[in-house]
Amino acid sequence: MPDLLIELFSEEIPARMQTRAAEDLKKLVTDGLVEAGLTYAGAAALSTPRRLTLAVEGLLAQSPDTREERKGPKVGAPDKAIEGFLRGAGVTRDQLEERETPKGAVYFATIEKKGRPAAEIIAEVLENAIRNFPWPKSMRWGSGSLRWVRPLHSILCILSEEAGATVVPLDVDGITSGDTTEGHRFMAPGRFAVTGFADYEAKLKAAKVILSPAERADHIWADAQSAAFAQGMEIVEDKGLLAEVAGLVEWPIVLMGDIAEDFIHLPPEVLQTSMREHQKFFSVKNPKTDRIEKFITVANRETADHGATILAGNQKVLFARLADAKFFWENDIRVAEAGGQPWLDSLANVTFHNKLGTQADRIDRIAAMARALAPSVNADAGLVEKAARWAKADLSSEMVYEFPELQGLMGKYYAAPAGYSIEVADAALEHYSPLGPSDDVPSAPVSVAVAMADKLDTLTGFWAIDEKPTGSKDPFALRRAALGVIRLVLDNNLRVELDKLFDAQLLRHEIALNEDGESRAALLRDLDNEIADHGVFGAAIRTILDHFDGDLSKHLSEVKDSLPAVARDLLSFFHDRLKVYLRDKGIRHDVIDACLAMPGNDDLTLLVKRAEALATFLSTEDGENLIQGVKRASNILAQAEEKDGVEYSYGADVKFAEDDSEKALFAALDAAEAAITPAMETEDFAAAMTAMAALRAPIDAFFEAVQINADNQVIRRNRLNLLSRIRMICGGVADLSRIEG
Amino acid sequence: MATTKTKPQCFQEIILRLQNYWAEKGCAVMQPYDMEVGAGTFHPATTLRSLGSQPWAAAYVQPSRRPTDGRYGENPNRLQHYYQYQVLIKPSPPNLQELYLGSLEAIGIDMELHDIRFVEDDWESPTLGAWGLGWEVWCDGMEVSQFTYFQQVGGHDCKPVSGELTYGLERLAMYVLGVDHVMDMPFNAPDAPIALTYGDVFKQTEEEYARWNFDTANTDVLLRHFEEAEEECRMILDQAYDDPKTGKRIIMAHPAYDQCIKASHLFNLLDARGVISVTERQAYIGRVRALAKLCADAFVQTAAAGWTPEGDAA
Repeated sequence: MPDLLIELFSEEIPARMQTRAAEDLKKLVTDGLVEAGLTYAGAAALSTPRRLTLAVEGLLAQSPDTREERKGPKVGAPDKAIEGFLRGAGVTRDQLEERETPKGAVYFATIEKKGRPAAEIIAEVLENAIRNFPWPKSMRWGSGSLRWVRPLHSILCILSEEAGATVVPLDVDGITSGDTTEGHRFMAPGRFAVTGFADYEAKLKAAKVILSPAERADHIWADAQSAAFAQGMEIVEDKGLLAEVAGLVEWPIVLMGDIAEDFIHLPPEVLQTSMREHQKFFSVKNPKTDRIEKFITVANRETADHGATILAGNQKVLFARLADAKFFWENDIRVAEAGGQPWLDSLANVTFHNKLGTQADRIDRIAAMARALAPSVNADAGLVEKAARWAKADLSSEMVYEFPELQGLMGKYYAAPAGYSIEVADAALEHYSPLGPSDDVPSAPVSVAVAMADKLDTLTGFWAIDEKPTGSKDPFALRRAALGVIRLVLDNNLRVELDKLFDAQLLRHEIALNEDGESRAALLRDLDNEIADHGVFGAAIRTILDHFDGDLSKHLSEVKDSLPAVARDLLSFFHDRLKVYLRDKGIRHDVIDACLAMPGNDDLTLLVKRAEALATFLSTEDGENLIQGVKRASNILAQAEEKDGVEYSYGADVKFAEDDSEKALFAALDAAEAAITPAMETEDFAAAMTAMAALRAPIDAFFEAVQINADNQVIRRNRLNLLSRIRMICGGVADLSRIEG
Repeated sequence: MATTKTKPQCFQEIILRLQNYWAEKGCAVMQPYDMEVGAGTFHPATTLRSLGSQPWAAAYVQPSRRPTDGRYGENPNRLQHYYQYQVLIKPSPPNLQELYLGSLEAIGIDMELHDIRFVEDDWESPTLGAWGLGWEVWCDGMEVSQFTYFQQVGGHDCKPVSGELTYGLERLAMYVLGVDHVMDMPFNAPDAPIALTYGDVFKQTEEEYARWNFDTANTDVLLRHFEEAEEECRMILDQAYDDPKTGKRIIMAHPAYDQCIKASHLFNLLDARGVISVTERQAYIGRVRALAKLCADAFVQTAAAGWTPEGDAA
């Protein structure tokens, strides 16, 4: 069986696209081959900056013959119908066969398709792949209309067998296939022919091209490590950079150079970021000083001077870059040492979002919320506010302007010179966390408060202006922010009522959005203060009523307008995120639903505690059976209530109990209630669930022995009321009716 | 590919070598456009000529002004007035990368000793409504050129596609000549009877313009000029294609485009004076882009873009 080798040779493909493109080529081609009946033993996708390569092993030499039988119209059907069938099946009338069926004589056609040679199929499939290639961005060039990531120069497409290799003939917009390729642009120019994958890979290596990206990366890493090791240094690992650099070279040559003495005292992250972003250099650390003292660059060629010219050039560029970084650092330190006020002032000129005001406005809101959160995290409100106000100061610094990814970190570095404590410094760095699902969650109280306030302000802000995420669109990363809040709350065991926080922060947004209407803004401000102090109800509403004399309907409509209607919507967004988060932790969505239906569902810690206890309970045999019993009780009750038009809720009396099992259930419910009520008060859900589990046997025995709908109406009513006790006692733990199955 | 070329001695020699090289490769060596522009791309020999079906090959030096980059001549490599070398070939030839590498050799970069890399960099000009794909070209880690295949200009698809090369001349020359501060770079031959450095030629003007750009330019006047240029551009393009005086079809795409260039530079000056807020910025850029689009719409209706009466009839 032949092997297939394809190489699409082009001008330099962006490093970030190469791996994906090689995989796409593999998928498009192998899918097409298989669909046409050409199966194969194995396939491998490889890439360099100038080529995508696909090697397919053990391909069928031709697709198998196929035979398909198709049932047509009845014999004697109108000519039109028969002609239509002939066209569809691609046969002539005399090839039709008449067969008797239970419904009478029917025409049958047998469609036989001869297998096709592999080359023919490959040519079609490859052309199709090239024309429909899913590049993230593609372009035209010259006078052609073909699209590729950069100009496509040649197509190598050969089938090789022991007898030798043959070119699969193919022409895509004037680019004809052949059996030749090119080596390294500078070190081995010129084209050469190949006969199969092994020959191709070997000749490329001789022509100074390492075909495999993984091999290039390994090579770079190994050489870089030994270069660093030889000097008693170590490389700062950076997998993303390694993959990128492996995509920028065909013949990697590792060169190590010095960072000038002037710069090694810059923060290591600054050196690292500047070198990685601008120059794609690896940082090399001296473990003795813990400073980055050298760099590693990867050139694409060998030279007679062993890279001396290249290294000198790179060093010079780095010098200029780091001179900039040092300049920014020194200027920033000067501003910080004077207290950093100009940074804070200038944030008043930086728009956060055109509807949500400036960064300064945002900081005011975050500071207010962070203060409100301080007691929940056991932090000093004054310190928390200070941290919140400093947290974004570095956005005005020169360093962050140049390297936005250093936000937070620079705030931490500049906090000490500006006279702030370590808590404030840490909060500047940590308040952006957690960013991703695997990012560390801050635990320092001040950091937690500012991190929560930062995210909640973003969420409530975009909710206030109705810019919620839809479908796959989430331009402000609000899902990530919500998950961040969830993790901050759960990991730190925080007890906060999100509803109240939402209301308070939404009102702060409302105030900003209504700044023009001064009287309304004043009202909102008062309302906000009340909510912050006393919660959403009671005093807050009285504040409104006190605000105006008379005309209550107007006041009430003001209250309606002012109370943030979107808080509920935002909370259910949180609940959705929480479900996703807990599902990943193995808690079923119906378990969460059963807990969400209970009061206090904006206290996520409580919610999760309840859900975890319920999930554990449900995994026991007692739990599962109890649910069935409770459901049975609820169903019978619901039917009877519907029929009788009353609600059975109270009055079950043991004196009307006839059966022993009935008496036993009375006793069991009394015992359970006595255990569950205090357990719920102390939020000891596990104890409550255990007490509930004890009901399983009595409930089962009761249903076994007793007919609920007894003829005696007094006894029937008593039993229904007894069922309602089951519903009530178990319903106080979670809404078990939502449990599936 | 070993080269025995000698190293150039000064800034102007690098320019001359590029001029000779691209002349040899068949480009029309043009002169700088006689207006203030932010980059070589603004020259109508690039912006307008990249539109339409007519083949084109041009190379030229373009003095470029970026008022916000002024540093009073003190920064080693930031200038408010600098030179770009620009090459535009339409349709882009299949060997454009090789032609480009040849130009680096021509100015004394030895391919055997240096590491040249094509690093992804997609180009976009929001003011011109233009974009293309290509690379920044690195020589030993330093960006020495921008290499772009134009896909769209002024909102029009480029068919055929032009290949554009832009060299930042000062930076490239400093590298080739081994100079660390732009003002120290020899402008003419160091052994000339009157040897001049870049600083001798431009240090004072950098100071003068930096002061004017940042602190002195009358923003009311600039704003008024911006609006006048915008108005004039639209007025020009509102004229009927057929000239009543000569009876000829004369679409005034170039005069209108001059006004667009003016508006663009005035915007840059206003920006340097710090009177344009972040939100206004986008609005101004949008206004210039609208002009560029109108000019492009007009240019594609002209003979230079390959327009023919027959084509129009068909």
